[in-house]
Amino acid sequence: MDLNLTPEEFAFRDEVRTFLRASIPPAIKRKVDLGLKLVKDDYVVWQRILHERGWIAPGWPKEYGGPGWSPVQRYLFEEELAAASSPRLITFGLKMLGPVLIEFGTEAQKQRFLPRILASEDWWCQGFSEPGAGSDLASLTTRADRDGDHYVVNGQKTWTTLAQYADWMFALVRTSNEGRKQQGISFLLIDMKTPGVTVRPIKTLDGGQEINDVFLENVKVPAENLVGRENDGWTVAKFLLGHERFGIAGVARSKKQMDRLRDIAARETKRGRPLIEDARFRERMAEIEIELTALEMTELRLLSDEAAGRKPGPEASILKLKGTQVQQGITELLLEAVGNRAHVFDPGILEDDWPGAANDGPAIPEYAATVASHYFNWRKASIYGGSNEIQRGIIAKAILGL
Amino acid sequence: MNFTFSDEQILIRDMAERFFRDDYGLEARRRHQALPGGFCRDTWARFADMGWLALGIPEDLGGVGGGAVETAILLEAMGGGLAVEPFLSTVVLGGTLISEGASTEVRADLLPGLAAGDLLLSFAYSEAQSRHDLNDVRTTARADGGGFVLDGVKTVALHAGTADRIAVTARTSGAERDAGGITVFLVDAGAPGVTVTDYPTVDGLRAGDVTLDGVRVGKDAVLGEVDGGLDLAERAVDRAAALAAAEAAGIMAALTRGTVDYLKQRRQFGRPLGDFQALQHRAAEMYVETELTRSLAYMAAVRQDGGDPATARRAASQAKAKAGQAGRLIGQEAVQLHGGMGVTDEMPVGHYFKRLTMIDHSFGDRSYHLERLTDMA
Repeated sequence: MDLNLTPEEFAFRDEVRTFLRASIPPAIKRKVDLGLKLVKDDYVVWQRILHERGWIAPGWPKEYGGPGWSPVQRYLFEEELAAASSPRLITFGLKMLGPVLIEFGTEAQKQRFLPRILASEDWWCQGFSEPGAGSDLASLTTRADRDGDHYVVNGQKTWTTLAQYADWMFALVRTSNEGRKQQGISFLLIDMKTPGVTVRPIKTLDGGQEINDVFLENVKVPAENLVGRENDGWTVAKFLLGHERFGIAGVARSKKQMDRLRDIAARETKRGRPLIEDARFRERMAEIEIELTALEMTELRLLSDEAAGRKPGPEASILKLKGTQVQQGITELLLEAVGNRAHVFDPGILEDDWPGAANDGPAIPEYAATVASHYFNWRKASIYGGSNEIQRGIIAKAILGL
Repeated sequence: MNFTFSDEQILIRDMAERFFRDDYGLEARRRHQALPGGFCRDTWARFADMGWLALGIPEDLGGVGGGAVETAILLEAMGGGLAVEPFLSTVVLGGTLISEGASTEVRADLLPGLAAGDLLLSFAYSEAQSRHDLNDVRTTARADGGGFVLDGVKTVALHAGTADRIAVTARTSGAERDAGGITVFLVDAGAPGVTVTDYPTVDGLRAGDVTLDGVRVGKDAVLGEVDGGLDLAERAVDRAAALAAAEAAGIMAALTRGTVDYLKQRRQFGRPLGDFQALQHRAAEMYVETELTRSLAYMAAVRQDGGDPATARRAASQAKAKAGQAGRLIGQEAVQLHGGMGVTDEMPVGHYFKRLTMIDHSFGDRSYHLERLTDMA
């Protein structure tokens, strides 16, 4: 047990830090620092910079284009990404479909899709949830009927994140109604340009637009786009949801948000003193720090297990559950930190390239403009990717045996 | 950087868990509590045989080396075993004060006996008015000839009644709450003027109030620096706080395990209680909070050995504050989920709950450590 970095780990961290800080485009950094809206180009530009350096897919095996890092190196990389104000790397291709294709894909599928994921040439979205299948994902009803050398897909997907940017969707579809409901599901790759695919935006409570309904009406999908065996998509989906524990706790980003909180609390005042000197506020920051540190140490314990060759298990549910609680706790404190300025809504923050508060508009400092919308938006974190109730259920069943 | 146990650490853990599973338990605990001094001397001798009392003591002084992580692993098992023996007071508090504060001669004189199980220690640092503040000291030590004369009353010193030597904080200069001017003395429990009022604590351990009435000690009784003892006292208590968090994590794990077993076995409405989602989710929370506490306890233990003092302090406070909050939640939930059985003396759950609660009130409670973190941040 040693919490100090080795000289090699130090050198690695410095190399990563130097590169990331020098390479992040200032306009993208500003958006991330202020919590402003990022558009497709922002993500793609940044991901291509990382790709050129060979660092875009830390979790992939070396032969498929991964950098071949140890768990500690990957942890340090996440840390430095957040510290450098990197946008979140879009996970659908890099952390979800990529590993799935490496595990289950045909040679042709790997050759066709993996290089394009690495180069951010294809934007993928995830077609899992449906109006009638949320936490109970296996009750999905979108049908794919085999017709010669292709499937015909009919149904509706929902909550599809950033589908408005997507070139492709990986989807769970029903190919059989026989047996248990998990048994008739298949994993299909759908070109979003196919006739019959309609994307309709869903406006969220913060006023933003990042999720969508996706309607599928007689969409023809070539049979070669089936991943894994027909009716075995549940196995693929479980692999996808369970194999990646890196980053699900969001520790590095929460640390960065704590820095932001301290920064804002130093600028805001209470009774003529900086808010950050207020004992009560400091105590609440200390409470969140404790939880964040406990989460980080738990993640490190699990990563050490992994480095020692243990397969990721249901303990990852702790990371999702606690990670989102910490993230949401920080958004609450950020909201509180800006005081009654939390009221002020500048619709400009929802647009690309917000120039800062207009001269004739309400007086709101740049740092406070997105705090309320972020608080509302981030309620999603304990709902997506298996709600916190689902995570508690997994812990109760898979770990405690209840 | 890594978070894995060495082979040696795994050995310590396995041996300790086996001991408390096979040779301890609630019945043994009750017997030990009823013995003079409130613990079992034979068991203490076995702790010594297994090398537990020698942890952290250098090998040339009869110790087995090792650091706070090894001790944390052991305390986790002691938590699960509900041990009543004076380990924290003798090995952790007393051992740290002597190892870090005593002269080479005194260390060579005392540490082999500590490792062998022949020397019991207590650290009397609190006073009636001081709550958890180590700097709030009214007890005085007046220079007299080559030595000092001690006067004052120390309260709730863990296992003071059985200690052969008692370390005390006393004021050699300055005003009541000054950081400077405090000195740590190692006093013979049998010295003229020393009176110990021994009593049981709520969690089944023992503590005592120590009255010092014109107690004469030599210069060699000083641990650390004259007037500069606060730092030494804080290091010892911080180490105890970090390791008490490990003990708490062991108790939390035992309570979670016991509660889950109870939910599986107890049937109501025609099915096991564990079938009810409302209860499943509460058990899941207990598990999560246990793991988070465990993680911080390990971190705090690692940070107590060498390195930056501020980092060590912060880590101890974070772990102890977490243990306080999680301990309250898990203790209360365990009792609640055991239903009526949870409030009986017969079941282990109540005994774990009481020990967990009293750990929060030892070495600084959650409020104290949160305030300390707030001042540090």
